[in-house]
Amino acid sequence: MKDLKSAMLFLLVSTLLLGGGYPLLTGAMASLLFPRQASGSILTDRENRCIGSALIGQPFAGHRYFHSRPSATGGHPYNALASGGSNLGPTNPAFLQQVANRIEAYRAAYLGVAVPADLMLASASGLDPHITPAAALAQVTEVAATRRMDKDALRRLVAFHVEDRQWGFLGEPRVNVLALNLDLDKLYP
Amino acid sequence: MHYAELIQFVAFLGAILLLAKPFGLYMARIYEGESTALTPLLAPLEKGIYLFCRIDGAEMDWTRYAMALFILNGVMGASLFLLLLLQGGLPLNPNRVAGASWGMALNTAISFVTNTNWQSYAGETGVSYLTQMAGLAVHNFLSAASGMVVAIVLIRGLVRKNAHRLGNFWVDMTRTVLYILLPLSLVVALFLVSQGVLQNFGANKAVALLQPQTTSAGVIREQVIPMGPVASQEAIKELGTNGGGFFNANSAHPFENPTPLSNFVECLLILLIPASLTFTFGRLVRNPGQGRTLFYSMLFLLVVAAGVMYRAEIAGNPLVTKMGVVGPYLEGKEVRFGVGGSVLFGSLATATSCGAVNAMHDSLTPLGGLVPLVMMLLGEVVFGGVGVGLYTMLSFVVIAVFVAGLMIGRTPEYLGKKIEVREMWLAVGTVLTAGVLVLILVGAAVLLPSGLAGRANPGAHGLSEILYGFASAANNNGSAFAGLDATSLFYRLLTAAAILAGRYVPLLASLAMAGSLAAKKYSPPGLGTLPTDKVTFTLWLVVVIVIVGALTFFPALALGPVIEQLKMIS
Repeated sequence: MKDLKSAMLFLLVSTLLLGGGYPLLTGAMASLLFPRQASGSILTDRENRCIGSALIGQPFAGHRYFHSRPSATGGHPYNALASGGSNLGPTNPAFLQQVANRIEAYRAAYLGVAVPADLMLASASGLDPHITPAAALAQVTEVAATRRMDKDALRRLVAFHVEDRQWGFLGEPRVNVLALNLDLDKLYP
Repeated sequence: MHYAELIQFVAFLGAILLLAKPFGLYMARIYEGESTALTPLLAPLEKGIYLFCRIDGAEMDWTRYAMALFILNGVMGASLFLLLLLQGGLPLNPNRVAGASWGMALNTAISFVTNTNWQSYAGETGVSYLTQMAGLAVHNFLSAASGMVVAIVLIRGLVRKNAHRLGNFWVDMTRTVLYILLPLSLVVALFLVSQGVLQNFGANKAVALLQPQTTSAGVIREQVIPMGPVASQEAIKELGTNGGGFFNANSAHPFENPTPLSNFVECLLILLIPASLTFTFGRLVRNPGQGRTLFYSMLFLLVVAAGVMYRAEIAGNPLVTKMGVVGPYLEGKEVRFGVGGSVLFGSLATATSCGAVNAMHDSLTPLGGLVPLVMMLLGEVVFGGVGVGLYTMLSFVVIAVFVAGLMIGRTPEYLGKKIEVREMWLAVGTVLTAGVLVLILVGAAVLLPSGLAGRANPGAHGLSEILYGFASAANNNGSAFAGLDATSLFYRLLTAAAILAGRYVPLLASLAMAGSLAAKKYSPPGLGTLPTDKVTFTLWLVVVIVIVGALTFFPALALGPVIEQLKMIS
């Protein structure tokens, strides 16, 4: 019975230390050192309204904006309260049909020959903020035409938004779609 | 493009080779009660805890040690169960998350007490901040420590002779948490915030979408961005090989794992303690070669596994490529990690019993998904969970020594302790419990309508989903082929049963083995002793592990992932 008493007291002190002190201390230091990241890397416009998070993708349609990846979040695409992937297996007929439909829609809307894989396949989180540089470049002709701007200027803007591998070898090169589209609105409204 | 991925793998290997030894020796000092650089800072807190919790520090025999562990785990489970039920009316719940159903609360409490962190809920909407902090995070620490101290007791059993006392449970727990888990978690949590992981206590934040979204249900103009104390949870989730995500998408979520660098660090964190413990072992038994044997046999299996998985995922899905799609197979993967970062994380989190995911394993290619499945089915010994991997591995060592002894006519001995019938029983119990559970429960699930109803994918892949689910539960991994609907009562109760038995039977058997070994006298190695710190034995150990795993599960694997692979490439 001595151990039962110790167990209850040990859980109590653990809860205070690990469940209270540790996250609160982390929170306090984080808001001191990295306030922007700790609160969600929120982006604001000139009137200081919140217009998104730099880390959370948003859905786009039409040719005015670059498109994000397909999203399988619960309810509707890019629902940030229901993150998740499609969980469809590689040989599932429903999955293959879904991809075929996306390819068909893509071919009807874009001129390019190659269909970029990341624009046809849903991400793991459903909130992937990035697409591959190839997927961004594949959309340049259509977006440039809609915005009546020079294709090369848009290519340069895309190139500017390409983040290289971290430290040269970690992860993959990528383009943040929301950041790119916000820049588009700012530079070529 | 493949060069960068190769460098990433090699850099990871280099980092773990560099870190495992010093950290392992540091842990050895902690468990020997020696002082370290952190002692001046933490010793007053440590003493305070002993005083407050009425801990006298007297050493316990294995039954008393086991009793203390079970009592603590029981109290933990009960308190988390209540917390989940009542969270709706408790403070620190700005998003007004409701109380959990009893099925969800029971499954989650069992899952987190046992270091499994199987999730039958979505973090965004199912758990309040209070539960995340005071419930799940605390369990992440204490369940990890519970596994580690059992491994240490088993080592003491090997080291001590003619002894019954094996250490004080409360002292071992306190030192594990204070000197190993907490300081590292704090540092890593801050690093993760620097990369973009959240750490706040505010309510979710609505933002305006740049382009309103037209859906079948109408036009959506807002996106609600989730908030919460994520970083503090994330750090211990990886370090303690727990794996329970703050969000439903786990480490694939940009707020849990925002950059390739955060991904690399999380991978390191997952492997750090399980890998280092082999060096702790070598130091504590005063024979570093014995620790290296375990380390390199585990590393060998890990490298093979990651290699196979990488090959499979780079080859991708020919059914999709055939349709004219160009680029890596990214269904269920994030662009920032790519195939390399996803394979690294996926193989590590299933080789250890972490069970976090940064890609959706259900959407991996069949062979790519086979690797995580096999890593779990081998009994989580390819480094395995913190502590658990080591004590399960030591059971494999006992079996390997015994079988080798029979084959070459030598006395089965390990580290000067005779391996006899009792040790064999306990070792076999440790190694086979999970396998037996998996085969029986998968068999039941594919026969019963409520089992079959949980599948999200048809055909062979559906069997893989069920097999993966129970392999994950029984081996306390916690990852899933997440298409499987784990929220039905059928799966909540059966996985909970598998988790409980899969955790505590091997744990109890290992403590009993510690008691039995400690009581033995030391027999110095003679001519008839099989050397267990040589390359030959390392290879033999690998063979034993693979044979036990492969023989148990070959038929099930053939019917699931193997058939699907053949179907995909034909």
